[in-house]
Amino acid sequence: MAMTMTGEAVLPALQADVWAKLNDPAVLKACIPGCQSLETTEDNGFVAVAKVKLGPVSATFKGKVVLSDIDAPNSYKISGEGEGGVAGFAKGGAVVRLETVAEGTKLSYDVEAQIGGKLAQLGGRLINGVAKKMADEFFANFAKEVGGTPA
Amino acid sequence: MSATGIGAPVRRKEDFRFITGKGQYTDDINRPGQTHAAFLRSPHAHATIKKLDISEAQKADGVIAVLTGEDLAKDNVGGLICGWMIHSKDGSPMKAGSHPALAQGKVRYVGDHIAVVIAETLAQARDAVEKIHVDYELLKPVIDMAHATDSGSPVIHDVAPHNQVYDWHLGDKGATEAAFANAKHVTKLDIVNNRLIPNAMEPRAAIGDYDSGQDAFTLYTTSQNPHVARLVLSAFIGIAPEHKLRVIAPDVGGGFGSKIFIYAEETVCVWAAKKVGRPVKWTGDRTEAFLADAHGRDHITHAEMAMDDKGHILGLRVKTKANLGAYLSTFSSCVPTYLYAPLLSGQYNIPAIYVEVEGIYTNTAPVDAYRGAGRPEATFVIERMVEVAAREMGQDPAAFRRKNFIKSFPHQTPVIMAYDTGNYGASMDLALEMADYKNFGKRKRDSAKKGMLRGIGFSAYIEACGIAPSAAVGSLGAGVGLWESAEVRVNPVGTVEVLTGSHSHGQGHETTFAQLVSDRLGIGIDQVAIVHGDTDKVQFGMGTYGSRSGAVGMSAISKALDKVVAKAKKVAAYALEASEGDIEFKDGRFSVAGTDRSLAFGEVALQAYIAHKFSGQDLEPGLKEGAFYDPTNFTFPSGVHICELEIDPDTGVTRIDRWTAVDDFGNIINPMIVEGQVHGGIAQGVGQALLEGAHYDANGQLVTASYMDYCMPRADDLPNFDIGITTTPCTTNPLGIKGCGEAGAIAAPPAVINAITDALGHEQIAMPASPQAVWRAAQKSLHKLAAE
Repeated sequence: MAMTMTGEAVLPALQADVWAKLNDPAVLKACIPGCQSLETTEDNGFVAVAKVKLGPVSATFKGKVVLSDIDAPNSYKISGEGEGGVAGFAKGGAVVRLETVAEGTKLSYDVEAQIGGKLAQLGGRLINGVAKKMADEFFANFAKEVGGTPA
Repeated sequence: MSATGIGAPVRRKEDFRFITGKGQYTDDINRPGQTHAAFLRSPHAHATIKKLDISEAQKADGVIAVLTGEDLAKDNVGGLICGWMIHSKDGSPMKAGSHPALAQGKVRYVGDHIAVVIAETLAQARDAVEKIHVDYELLKPVIDMAHATDSGSPVIHDVAPHNQVYDWHLGDKGATEAAFANAKHVTKLDIVNNRLIPNAMEPRAAIGDYDSGQDAFTLYTTSQNPHVARLVLSAFIGIAPEHKLRVIAPDVGGGFGSKIFIYAEETVCVWAAKKVGRPVKWTGDRTEAFLADAHGRDHITHAEMAMDDKGHILGLRVKTKANLGAYLSTFSSCVPTYLYAPLLSGQYNIPAIYVEVEGIYTNTAPVDAYRGAGRPEATFVIERMVEVAAREMGQDPAAFRRKNFIKSFPHQTPVIMAYDTGNYGASMDLALEMADYKNFGKRKRDSAKKGMLRGIGFSAYIEACGIAPSAAVGSLGAGVGLWESAEVRVNPVGTVEVLTGSHSHGQGHETTFAQLVSDRLGIGIDQVAIVHGDTDKVQFGMGTYGSRSGAVGMSAISKALDKVVAKAKKVAAYALEASEGDIEFKDGRFSVAGTDRSLAFGEVALQAYIAHKFSGQDLEPGLKEGAFYDPTNFTFPSGVHICELEIDPDTGVTRIDRWTAVDDFGNIINPMIVEGQVHGGIAQGVGQALLEGAHYDANGQLVTASYMDYCMPRADDLPNFDIGITTTPCTTNPLGIKGCGEAGAIAAPPAVINAITDALGHEQIAMPASPQAVWRAAQKSLHKLAAE
């Protein structure tokens, strides 16, 4: 089933710094909720392992993430596919945009994803809420990394 | 009628063990050294398996074996079969794609079986399933049945390049077209019969056990027909020859059709038991039941009915697309064909009928028989059609039906069936009276004063039960005969064991079958044990489905009882030193006519076994007889259900206010059990009409895979039912029984939808008629009323 989410966060940091941290595997690893490992690959991407809980379904997702349409330091598209074993799979992408604003940098994102397997069967009603919560958590962590709290 | 004989409302013997937790279900059974199986299922609706890596799973804690489709192929284990051959209009056989118990290179629905892990504990098996790595190449799934056969659609099975299993028809096309040419009024309707998930209370389970000393297998499984399971597993799948395979179906917690079929899981468990040298147990969880139990219904239909100027039906033509899912399940092919089209004449005298049915593959779970199987779909079509036709022609729906009722029997319909008997007008009369139809208008006005929309809906259903004469179904493509067997063993003390091929999984056979014996032999039901569900005890049987246990299973018992009584008379004649012709048997006593000399049934039984009074050359000792009964026709239960309901246009909530059910089941063995069957059937039918609906998203994910999203009926969704009975005994079996197991589920959906459309004043409402759907429709009606 399909999941869509859009949102934005204003970060008290320079756009160039935000962009750098958005491309820093160590920062991403620290910010992605439940992330256990994240390594760069040769093709502008990462291989990640993250533990995710969605209602009654708890799973460790292994996934490959690729960055494309890179327009430094303004935007990129992050797309990937994660397998959570019997919990199912998630695949999709997000367009991430940065824009300098008075308070620092505005980051906006536009997510489109498909989920399947147990995630869809049991978690269908919860997916949007959980995804929003994870996004909020990510940006709270990310704001700390770039210094300060999100506005 | 004796206290426990035919017609007595005896409490169910089996209920004590069920309600005290003493039932023995498959999952309650544990074998020494037992291992546990967990299946890896596809999360994708349609994909090829590029690589299947089981190496990490094999090394996981507690894992004994990880088996795949490749192992099945190496052992020459055959695929699952569909046992009913349907031929298309052009004479070509249906296109049955192969159905391996574990995928071989391709998965075709979410939940499809890929591999099995067998481990010391269930937790270890489940953990190891996570360690199997599959590299899928995703294929575009085919989900929407309406467009599945379009050119350019992805191909699910290579043997069916357009995803069409068959393009079948029945009836006289020319005669039907001629009827339409003469019509004064034609009613046209598009009808969807929503997809259902059976949801038996007990999920499916299996234990495979292999005895290397005897080179013999035992399979414990949740089956409605253990002998058919053994036959298929032996003759087609090739697990073991029948004398080396024992199938036991112990207590089974509901089936509704979903446990007729032979599935991948039990096939794998019994095969794997020999491979690992230990018993292998699998118990499905509720998610697996949602995903991989065969679903039911799922038709898209366009129907047209032709009438003369008075409203007499001249002809009916029906075009149906039936979703059969990703694979052909055991009996799936016959459900939308021979269990559907021959029922489209309903209770009506329709001179010409022509039906076309396309069976279609989609990347969804297999679809097969579910309570009623084809007959609810047919009844929904014909009962919606007559209701709408009556409204369009400005006629009272009850009067319109009555005008078109078949009134003389036997009646040959234009679509195979020959109804032996019935009195449809009598059921209608009683139903109208019980429902207080004449004051409906007043109740409607009273509701309107409260701002509520009240509607009334009829369903005059017929079903074909007691399936069925073997020669007839054989000529229509069935791979098996549909007789039933019975053996009556009288013990020396006069107690009786009846071995039957009719499996009981909620129907109450242990009570009703014992009542028949009680009635015939004049002994109490506590003197009778009903033995079923074990292929080592019962020689053969065809199982329980299609409301056949009474009409066919009990008829076999009746035949065997006739033989027992005939033999006992001979024994009694010796024991009483009288001539056999003078022996009378009544109320459990054998007596010599015109004398006071008599023996009780138990005393004669003892005489049969001690054999002191006769020579073994004249009469064989013992008292045990068997019989096979093959019916000469289907049976045709019928009835009229009337649903009266109230809709709150502000919330869309539908409340069923009254339910009248008048059924003609022929002779009834136990009215209390029959009433229970009617209640349960109506509940399932109301569930289909108002609450239940399986839904796959465009990618083939089942999004109604839990009770959060798939709504089952509950007691508070239902009113008290007013049950009435009319009786025309079936003329084609010795007991005059027609069958009652599916009636409610067949009758209910059109009664509800006819009532809702009556309340709303227009015909467009799909099942399930959820509050949201009803609210939208109600708003439309209100706007229309306001405009007028």
